[in-house]
Amino acid sequence: MSFSVTEPTNGTKWFAGILVVAYAVITIIPLLWIIATGLKSPADSISYPPVVVFEPTLEGYVNLFTDRTRATEDMLEEAGPPQTWYEEIARERGTIISGPSRYGERFLNSVIIGFGSTALCMILGTAAAYAFSRFRVPLKDDLLFFILSTRMMPPIAVAIPIFLMFRNLGLNDTHLGMILLYTAVNLSLSVWLLKGFIDEIPIEYEEAALIDGYTRFQAFYKVVLPQAATGIASTAIFCLIFAWNEYAFAVLLTSGTAQTAPPFIPNIIGVNGKDWPAVAAGATIFLVPVMVFTVLLRKHLLRGITFGAVRK
Amino acid sequence: MAQIRIEHVRKEFGAFTAVQSSSFTIEDGEFFMLLGPSGCGKTTTLRMMAGLELPTSGEIYIDGEEVGMKPASQRDIAFVFQMFALYPHLNVGKNISYPLISQGMPQAQAKKKVGEIAEILGITDILNKPVGGLSGGDRQRVALGRAIVRDPKAFFMDEPLGALDAEFREHMSEELRALHDRMNATTVYVTHDQLEAMQMGDKIVVMNHGVVEQFGVPQNIYDWPATKFVAQFIGSPPMNFLDFRGMLGVGESKVCLGEAEFEVPRMLDGANGDLTFGVRPEHIKLDDAAPYRGQVSAVEYLGTTQIITLDTSNGTVKARVASSDKVSVGERVGLRFDPRTVSIFNADTGHVLKSEANEGVLNHG
Repeated sequence: MSFSVTEPTNGTKWFAGILVVAYAVITIIPLLWIIATGLKSPADSISYPPVVVFEPTLEGYVNLFTDRTRATEDMLEEAGPPQTWYEEIARERGTIISGPSRYGERFLNSVIIGFGSTALCMILGTAAAYAFSRFRVPLKDDLLFFILSTRMMPPIAVAIPIFLMFRNLGLNDTHLGMILLYTAVNLSLSVWLLKGFIDEIPIEYEEAALIDGYTRFQAFYKVVLPQAATGIASTAIFCLIFAWNEYAFAVLLTSGTAQTAPPFIPNIIGVNGKDWPAVAAGATIFLVPVMVFTVLLRKHLLRGITFGAVRK
Repeated sequence: MAQIRIEHVRKEFGAFTAVQSSSFTIEDGEFFMLLGPSGCGKTTTLRMMAGLELPTSGEIYIDGEEVGMKPASQRDIAFVFQMFALYPHLNVGKNISYPLISQGMPQAQAKKKVGEIAEILGITDILNKPVGGLSGGDRQRVALGRAIVRDPKAFFMDEPLGALDAEFREHMSEELRALHDRMNATTVYVTHDQLEAMQMGDKIVVMNHGVVEQFGVPQNIYDWPATKFVAQFIGSPPMNFLDFRGMLGVGESKVCLGEAEFEVPRMLDGANGDLTFGVRPEHIKLDDAAPYRGQVSAVEYLGTTQIITLDTSNGTVKARVASSDKVSVGERVGLRFDPRTVSIFNADTGHVLKSEANEGVLNHG
């Protein structure tokens, strides 16, 4: 028998496995619950004790994407028999579909604002981080501290000045306004994270590129960027998650054309406050883009592309 | 290939002066060593020649053209970094062809050229591999390939062997020198290793604290150091210094260390005050008949030779003598110094006094 300090025994492997599974279950259950609620009928969704086994229906999704009115006999007669499966679902509740809901628009707003601010944040953040990492910037340390200090209080603490500022600038309820706001909030974190990543890239690569005949910008673009991809990807995920999920500013500053999904979703519940399946359906769909984005960039998060190319 | 001339080049980083005022000339086809301890300004000098730093003042000429303020890309030189700096996202072949593609050479032509270079360096079989898994030597070869692929005017190398294992270094330094001769290149090479500099260089510049102490061929620098710093930095063990007070007139060829009188090369400089008598360890002979005595305090056996450490009335001396000489610790022995190879330094300034022997080879920055 030989013993090793680092080799785990079967017992510790099992213990670690159980811990991981338990953690996964705890974090995944709320998610599964939301997805399940989206497929329940309104009655099932608020029944007590909660039902785990139920007959699935797409009513929540239909309610999410449509506006409906309570139908009178005349209206039903006028409309004729239901033409589509979703009209059928609406008729069962004694309503007819009067048009699409605004969820689609709100969702699109979230996409434009979330990804727009993330892209802008990456462009500005990478440029600033590169400058701080490579050039002799006067008062560098003070500037970096100042940039970080913008995140030392919760952003909502400055809600009122921002509200007034936006009103005077005509940025209230505009895509541009929200993109600028989320970029401003995320930029300090991006600059700091990206500076760390760029600091790790040896300056010799750029110098080699400069000598090989590239301009400073080409060296940045062709040599630094590919190697900073890992850092940019992970920073982008942080920025997107914040912008995507932001609620307080969205409630305060958007109401119509630029309203994002988070302040819209609670409104779906309707006047009697019963339509939880539609809310759950809205939340479920809302999760998808961030998950897709994260999965797409996952390989960048995991891959250390500079492995072994430079001896330290 | 090109001649490179440095004139009064100075570099300041804020309040710190990295290079005070360097002047020297690198002839076409030379393998030129920039030698000095770390922080002496040798790398900064090289980076200014390459265009990675801009000089605070002074001129740099490559092929007669002043390039001091030109960007690196317009100087037509190649640089080999200590860390190799291979682009990690490209494979070996793409790394080597990178400078060609940046000059706008068509892919097919670049590929052919890369093939030729790979042949010279013996790396044809790894052209399609990523650079990540390569051994130190192969990385070194790829870095060299990237340097020689576009026939630059000069190669600049910043301690290119510093990252290699000791056993491999020897081999690589021979390969480097052979490559230099084959390419008929002008090479400027930075190192802190005096053996490497002596072994590979056609000429050496010795720098210290941002000042050029001396430049010339290795043998002259070894035999006739211009300053006490050079005498001590080059050679292992370094030159022996025996401090004494005395007066030397122009044309004299004798000095007195205490009671003993020694012959030295005929002086062309006179001096009065604190002086230093410098002699290389291998130019000391043990001779029982000699009047100048020292007591043996240590003996290091090195195979064919041995290093004897002796205490004398003017300080500690190390002598390299044949292993066949029988010496034991505690013994008092007589010392003789070869009169043709002695240097006398001004102890205060550290500069050597000019004599008939060294006048032809002294070159201060």
